[in-house]
Amino acid sequence: MSPIALLLGLEKAEDGVDSLELSSSLGVEHQVVVGAVKSLQSVGEVISAEQRSSKHWQLTEEGVEISELGSHEARVFECIPVEGLLQSELMKLPFGKIGFTKAMSNKWIRVDKTSEGGPLIFRSVQTIVDQVREKLLNVLNGKDAELEEKEKSELKKRRLLSEVTVKSYWITKGSSFSTTITKQETELTPEMIVSGNWKDNKFKPYNFEAMGVPLDCGHLHPLMKVRTQFRQIFLEMGFTEMPTNNFIESSFWNFDSLFQPQQHPARDQHDTFFLSDPALTLDFPQDYLQRVKKVHTEGGFGSQGYKYEWKVEEAQKNILRTHTTAVSARMLYKLAQQEKFTPVKYFSIDRVFRNETLDATHLAEFHQIEGVVADYDLTLGDLMGVLHQFFTKLGITKLRFKPAYNPYTEPSMEVFSYHEGTQSQC
Amino acid sequence: MPTVGVKRDLLFKALGRSYTDEEFDELCFQFGLELDEITSEKELISKEQNDSKAAGASDVILYKIDVPANRYDLLCLEGLVRGLQVFKNKLEAPRYVRVSPVSGQPQKLIITKETAAVRPYAVAAVLRDITFTQERYDSFIELQEKLHQNICRKRSIVAIGTHDLDTTSGPFTYTAKPPSEICFQPLNQTKEFTATELMSLYRTDSHLKHYLHIIEDKPVYPVIYDSNGIVLSMPPIINGDHTKISLKTKNVFIECTATDLTKAKVVLDTLVTMFSQYSSQPNLKHVFISSSPHSESTETVAQLLTRMCLLSKLTGVGDQIEVEIPPTRSDIIHACDIVEDAAIAYGFNNITRTTPRSYTVATQFPLNKLTELLRQDVAAAGFTEVLTFALCSKEDVGDKLGKKISETGAAHISNPKTAEFQVARTTLLPGLLKTIAANKKMPLPLKLFEISDVVLKDKSKGVYVGARNSRRFCAVYYNKSPGFEVIHGLMDRTMQLLGVKPLRGEGYHIQAAEDSIFFPGRCAEIFVDGKSVGRLGVLHPNVVTRFELTMPCSALEMDIEPFL
Repeated sequence: MSPIALLLGLEKAEDGVDSLELSSSLGVEHQVVVGAVKSLQSVGEVISAEQRSSKHWQLTEEGVEISELGSHEARVFECIPVEGLLQSELMKLPFGKIGFTKAMSNKWIRVDKTSEGGPLIFRSVQTIVDQVREKLLNVLNGKDAELEEKEKSELKKRRLLSEVTVKSYWITKGSSFSTTITKQETELTPEMIVSGNWKDNKFKPYNFEAMGVPLDCGHLHPLMKVRTQFRQIFLEMGFTEMPTNNFIESSFWNFDSLFQPQQHPARDQHDTFFLSDPALTLDFPQDYLQRVKKVHTEGGFGSQGYKYEWKVEEAQKNILRTHTTAVSARMLYKLAQQEKFTPVKYFSIDRVFRNETLDATHLAEFHQIEGVVADYDLTLGDLMGVLHQFFTKLGITKLRFKPAYNPYTEPSMEVFSYHEGTQSQC
Repeated sequence: MPTVGVKRDLLFKALGRSYTDEEFDELCFQFGLELDEITSEKELISKEQNDSKAAGASDVILYKIDVPANRYDLLCLEGLVRGLQVFKNKLEAPRYVRVSPVSGQPQKLIITKETAAVRPYAVAAVLRDITFTQERYDSFIELQEKLHQNICRKRSIVAIGTHDLDTTSGPFTYTAKPPSEICFQPLNQTKEFTATELMSLYRTDSHLKHYLHIIEDKPVYPVIYDSNGIVLSMPPIINGDHTKISLKTKNVFIECTATDLTKAKVVLDTLVTMFSQYSSQPNLKHVFISSSPHSESTETVAQLLTRMCLLSKLTGVGDQIEVEIPPTRSDIIHACDIVEDAAIAYGFNNITRTTPRSYTVATQFPLNKLTELLRQDVAAAGFTEVLTFALCSKEDVGDKLGKKISETGAAHISNPKTAEFQVARTTLLPGLLKTIAANKKMPLPLKLFEISDVVLKDKSKGVYVGARNSRRFCAVYYNKSPGFEVIHGLMDRTMQLLGVKPLRGEGYHIQAAEDSIFFPGRCAEIFVDGKSVGRLGVLHPNVVTRFELTMPCSALEMDIEPFL
């Protein structure tokens, strides 16, 4: 059936048509009508179809057979002659078994068990009315409303009737209804543009609910993006980048020059990575080394020192640096060698290593951010001010400072920030 | 940071008031402590073992407080309470004074020269007229344990012994003898043992077995006797049963033996000051500050310091302050430590934030600047950046690439916890391949890159530590086909970005090379200005399989430092 026929059928209707009605009036299968509806739907707003579902009573295969040939019990009745029929003979017939039981319960037949040759069946009434067949025919002709619920469910139990859900459509005229169908284009083509015949074409509507095509683009690593951002902030604040491209460092610069005592737990085997190859650094600025030794052992520059025996062998051991402060120490030493002191601001963001067991919040390698300011008359307020400016550039303005302990900084503090959005502290 | 567990209600009783958890947390914040956990003995056992074992345990609320690593005076309830009370002006900063005994001479501890071979130093003190309750006794034992774990470095540097003075008589002798000659009844045992026998006995003791190694192999073991030859202790292992302390003990003899005299004194001072009502070693130090640390008046500063247990008064000369450092504050070794305490008492968050006045112009580290520019453009070319570990296994840079580890020039770690951290990487390639292996479910092609440092041994002059970093650029293409042309294209684009022309000689060119990493006939070496800067090619199937991959793969790795 062509969609045109459907359109024509629709044209005549006042409100709309039901697809089932249409299929019976046009004499076509319902599925064909459904097919036509679907193809019309893709052509724009020619029709609009609303899905409906309704329940129908339908004859099963067996039910159809009975409607044509009669119920089993009626056929049993029909085939019994005046002189009776042997039960054994009857049972050979396909409708025999069920029909016999039913006919017996309807009292249409009787059995004479006493006759020779086996039980004999006789008619016990003159005529019968095949009610079952009549009911089924009613349903077939669409008069199923005339049957009571009880009758319907009984027939359903005998598997002669079944209830089916039929999906139909209520079809009405669409906003651009016409009895002719024009084909729709999917895309503009160069030919259409050049020839100008895009003006004559109808274009299929776009589906704006779907996503676009995922692009095949490259990406930067999230942690590296954060590093770029922090680097930018430091540069904006006038901090010069330190050369941190040396993962391996001597204990001297990593610990001793930073006043970390040689027995400190952080210098333990289970916190620091030691190198077996190259194992030692032997070359140090000697006068500086002597001053470091003295401050550890006896004190100096106003300090009492740690008062223990400082061993150069400990300082010579190579390690993977545990903090980028090792580089800061080298830079400050270099600064001190300058003839004339200039104030400086240094920073670095680079990898450090700790010999930790890995878990959800601990890695053996991670990145550290470091900043150093060196000048005359610097105060604790200046440190807090710089930190405040740094965090403000990240959008964090609420900061609190807490006293802490570090072998090489005094006063020492921990910084806590409060984020409005998540209301969390870190 | 060391953690101290205190019963909350005992703490509040000693502080004279109770706090909500939030209020106490805030007090800790200002003072420099951290309230780490609020729990109970029952909860702790539940967590560590299981609920049924915790059934009979105490429900009493415990506060677990983190204290700074250098504050041995805060390691017990007594010390915490004292510090906080003085901070809040509820108590006057105590002064500790040595007191002579009411009758007779002070006790003596004689140290013989034999100890020099094993544990040279010892210091001792007497706490007189003490009254122990169960809580004070527990606290006393707990403090010794905390000190042993922290400053004493698990008894190896300092060991503490405490004894009931009334069960023994001085003078006491600290000496060292061969183990077979030491014989006594140790704590909680019923018969006597020689030191040699004790070593075997304690080998299976879950607590003491960890300390045996400190003296086990020495020719002589340390031992302390009283004047009647009774053994007080065999440090650092165990005390004698004869002199053990009970709740009834009134006078305590404390001895600390050590390999570091300074630390022994700190330990002794801590024990004594924490538990004394009136006795201690004198250890007063006078320190002058030349001027007020900030804009507060000298008087205010003196007040602030006194709140931190650093008794201060004005000398009357200019704005000088004389500060008395009590024995509880062994962490004060420089004037700056005093300034820090003044700042804490003032309140860090009350200090006005200012900006350093000097003007500085920033410079980028050239290698990092180059790396940043290159990263952006390589990502723009459609490759995804990865971040991998700098440490790896020996096989990752050796066998898996068909190379001998000894020829790679890799730096070796002496104490790795796992095989994954045996060497520092000499090439970025294994990290990238391991990343692909962990992402096999991702859609193909996989195009990854990394610009980061590798570590190479270097004996040249000027490389003081014996190794240096080298900044490399590495990219891989993993797909159903090797995609050599893609990697080659990336290399061309990189050269374009670096401003190097495709010309033999002054620019760059590539020529065929052999390398166990790459498939024969599909490997090329990159030359710039006649010098090799890297290689590219299709990976050898052996390499692909060894990294648990299944698709063809092409890769590029080059040194970017020559382009600075």
